[in-house]
Amino acid sequence: FQCFHRRVSFLRSFDNLASNLSIAMAEEKQDRFTLPALPFAEDALKDKGISQETIQYHYGKHHAGYVRKLNAQDKDGNVAKDKSLEDLIKAQDTSPKVFNLAAQIWNHTFYWESMAPDGGACKDDLNVAKQLAKDFGSFDKFMEQFKARAGGHFGSGWVWLSVDKEKKLVITDGHDAFNPLKDGLTPVLTIDVWEHAYYVDRRNDRGAYINSFVSLINWAKVEERYNACK
Amino acid sequence: AQNRFSLPPLPYAKNALEKGGISSETVEYHYGKHHAGYVRKLNAADQAGKVRKNASLTDLILTEKENSAIFNLAAQIYNHTFYWESMAPASDGCTGKICQALQSQFGSCQEFMKQFKQRAGTHFGSGWVWLSLNQQLKLVITDGHDACNPLRDGLVPVLCIDVWEHAYYVDQRNDRAAYIDNFVSLINWERVEQRYNDAVSKLRSNL
Repeated sequence: FQCFHRRVSFLRSFDNLASNLSIAMAEEKQDRFTLPALPFAEDALKDKGISQETIQYHYGKHHAGYVRKLNAQDKDGNVAKDKSLEDLIKAQDTSPKVFNLAAQIWNHTFYWESMAPDGGACKDDLNVAKQLAKDFGSFDKFMEQFKARAGGHFGSGWVWLSVDKEKKLVITDGHDAFNPLKDGLTPVLTIDVWEHAYYVDRRNDRGAYINSFVSLINWAKVEERYNACK
Repeated sequence: AQNRFSLPPLPYAKNALEKGGISSETVEYHYGKHHAGYVRKLNAADQAGKVRKNASLTDLILTEKENSAIFNLAAQIYNHTFYWESMAPASDGCTGKICQALQSQFGSCQEFMKQFKQRAGTHFGSGWVWLSLNQQLKLVITDGHDACNPLRDGLVPVLCIDVWEHAYYVDQRNDRAAYIDNFVSLINWERVEQRYNDAVSKLRSNL
């Protein structure tokens, strides 16, 4: 009986050691997904209507939160091993939960890159400006439509300007974590119209927020993305 | 031309929910801008001839195409009215027939509350979480996007929570869970019980 008892004790302590080791290993396991650095200081957009406080929440809580949650899902084994963020977005078999997290990480990174403190002016000689004039009749008509789509979208979502397979520029909008990569489009610009994007600074006045956003558009980046499609 | 649809009065003063964590500023925007805005826009659509004559708000909710502009406006007016009535400045906690029904169907009121909070906390994007009575007289929790309204599914609602960010961003910023806790402490159980009893009679008479 004593011999049996000793063996059970030994096995129990081995079991504890094994489970402690696996907990330690899980904690040591690196975060697969990371929060990219903001391309500007937190207060860099405040003069044009997007305050530091908004950025602190939008980047520091919402965007960072999606990264944290996707890493947690990953550690629980719910995220396909060999797939990048983009792969997860495009794949047909990504679960809705993982898709929402992956797409929201991607979308928000794209959103920060769509703005710059010195943004707003779109020069006529940019390739993207010329194409916008071609596809929408004029740059102003494009801007009118883009703002109307952003203002008219009901509920949480995103409005995108993307290049389609015929190299035309198209505006699409969709719900929640909507991402145009799934439709085979190549995005060049996005605006977040979830209420958290504007409620701190503008409360319900989404129109005022959209105007702020437009005055911040990083056209150099848009041009870079557009040119990369050629 | 007269306004066909009107903004119902708030059942309490704008600052009445402050002790429960919903500030007067939130109510000013939520009721005075969002809710009022839906009423204004539906009346404008009506005056432009875009809304079926002789259709009540409920008619529109039941028959307009889901996610259409008119559906969204009508449902959001209804939903917000229901939301204000789901809260009261002083809440006595769950009692009476509704409490018994929740106990019998969820195991306990606490278990119901846990599930309700979880649905409210995990809903992705804008939307609503509802507690309703179904055709079999069972209480069910449903949630849905944007202007989601359970009347379309033949349910009779008794309680709802708004989880659009405008409901909590002034007071709690991104902390939806804190808002949900506040909402729960403000639930107008007397009204919920009243709705429950009415729903039971109505559904029983249909059976």
